[in-house]
Amino acid sequence: MKKNKITLAALLALLSATVSAQTAAVATPKIDSGDTAWMIVAIAFVLLMSIPGLALFYGGLVRRKNVLNVFMQVFILVAVISIEWVVLGYSNAFSSNSIEALKPYIGGFDWAFLSNIGISDLSPYFISHSQPAADGTLIGTIPHIVFIMFQCMFAVITPALIIGAFAERINFKGFLIFSLLWSIFIYNPVAHWVWSGDGWLFKLGALDFAGGTVVHINAGVAAIVTAIMLGKRRDYKGHAIPAHNITYVVMGAGLLWVGWFGFNAGSGLAADGLAANALMVTHIAAAAAALTWALLDWFLDKRPTVVGISTGAVAGLVAITPAAGFVGIAGALIIGAVVSLICFFMVAYVKPKLGYDDSLDAFGVHGIGGIIGAVLTGVLATPAIQAYAGAVYGNFHQLWVQLIAVGATIIFSGVGTFVLFIITDKLVGLRVTDKHEAVGLDETQHGETAYTNFD
Amino acid sequence: MKKIEAIIRKSKFEDVKRALYDAGIEWFSYWDITGLGKSTEDQVVRGQVFKSGYIQRRMVSIVVRDLNLDKTINAILDSAWTGETGDGKLFVYDIENTYRIRTKESGPEALYNKDESTKN
Repeated sequence: MKKNKITLAALLALLSATVSAQTAAVATPKIDSGDTAWMIVAIAFVLLMSIPGLALFYGGLVRRKNVLNVFMQVFILVAVISIEWVVLGYSNAFSSNSIEALKPYIGGFDWAFLSNIGISDLSPYFISHSQPAADGTLIGTIPHIVFIMFQCMFAVITPALIIGAFAERINFKGFLIFSLLWSIFIYNPVAHWVWSGDGWLFKLGALDFAGGTVVHINAGVAAIVTAIMLGKRRDYKGHAIPAHNITYVVMGAGLLWVGWFGFNAGSGLAADGLAANALMVTHIAAAAAALTWALLDWFLDKRPTVVGISTGAVAGLVAITPAAGFVGIAGALIIGAVVSLICFFMVAYVKPKLGYDDSLDAFGVHGIGGIIGAVLTGVLATPAIQAYAGAVYGNFHQLWVQLIAVGATIIFSGVGTFVLFIITDKLVGLRVTDKHEAVGLDETQHGETAYTNFD
Repeated sequence: MKKIEAIIRKSKFEDVKRALYDAGIEWFSYWDITGLGKSTEDQVVRGQVFKSGYIQRRMVSIVVRDLNLDKTINAILDSAWTGETGDGKLFVYDIENTYRIRTKESGPEALYNKDESTKN
């Protein structure tokens, strides 16, 4: 008995010696609680952008008979796309495809239903904070699940942005099917191109910190295609239809601005100086864009408008999105001012001239703002932030790469949206009847009214 | 001169508006009203169907010259009709006088504009 015990003790001693030797060679990768805490907050911020931020922003801009329909569209996308994301979206966007030829274009199904992902797994994706894993590869400092949920919020808000183009005239069933198909066949591949380690635009060196191409150009181009294909609203006479509740528009724009701190400063996937810089340039670009729009209103139409300053702030936030991790304060000021100038020109002059009915300017603000942001990232990226230089620092190659990324997204999103629109229209029909459009979508699609005279 | 006040279904408002335009009635006021009555409406709240006695309708108010009275009434009666309970009511009042504030004209002339298309 005694002998046995001694042998056991010796064995244990030997074992613990081996283990400590291994620990010395490779430190066990650890979850960084600071990074993780910030990222969980950032996830909540980005959800806040969709509900109620975007819902209020868009809901206030439509007529009172359609406000619930807009709220409902945003709300149901939060539910449907979140489920799509864990079922296959995350896997298609961020996993590695086993078919070699498809690797640069779309992910596989390894992570479908988030299988093979444990609660203590660390994120394989990282920006500034990383550590060596047991096998020597670099991994991030936040749980993999946190990264998945952060990206989930991006997947949710992107199709919700398109609502602005077809608001007030789309059949709810058709809208839902179209948005789901769009997320699966357009959003997931483009996210894979730009953000996954295998993606062809990522490998090309395209810079998109928080989703200028993946989110805003992608949604903006889909917006103009759907707006044109669906046709004008019955009451559209070449100018905007008045917003029914501008206080909602202000609340929505304010919540979008707050939420955008999570969207951009969270995209560094760490709580560090890069996140701080992203937050600062986001804030300053939004301020510059809001002010520019208000001044344009003031000079050109005599008075600064509340809808104008709210729209300007959103345009600035859109444009700084791809640049937030690459530009400094000068870049933020330039991007903010330029985006408002061009978007104002687009929605005030070009849209009425061309005569398409982009109800709430999803293309004019998100599409155009996203393109300006992505291109200016290639111009203004400064090596002082991350090791990327833009054209002003002599690196014209970066500008060229940005143009390729913008062009590829426009073509893919444009053609893809066109095809999915036709399929959905054939399946269930996308436009409501003229009668239903006149009565309002709240009553006809949902059987509810937003504002009653009940006691 | 007569005033016509009609309580109609909200869902029929667009039809009534078009019928009035077709009949040459080009200006009128309207507002949303809530009424109480014996009839009830089904309303769904959180999956439960309520019989609500608060009935949402729209009130249309039109002042016309006597010669336009019949076609205005017929336009509303035809366009607001569904045949179900709750199609609404229509009231006709006498109007003592009408003044146009801009020109200080009074009487039936104040209701329409000879040069333009306002025909009430």
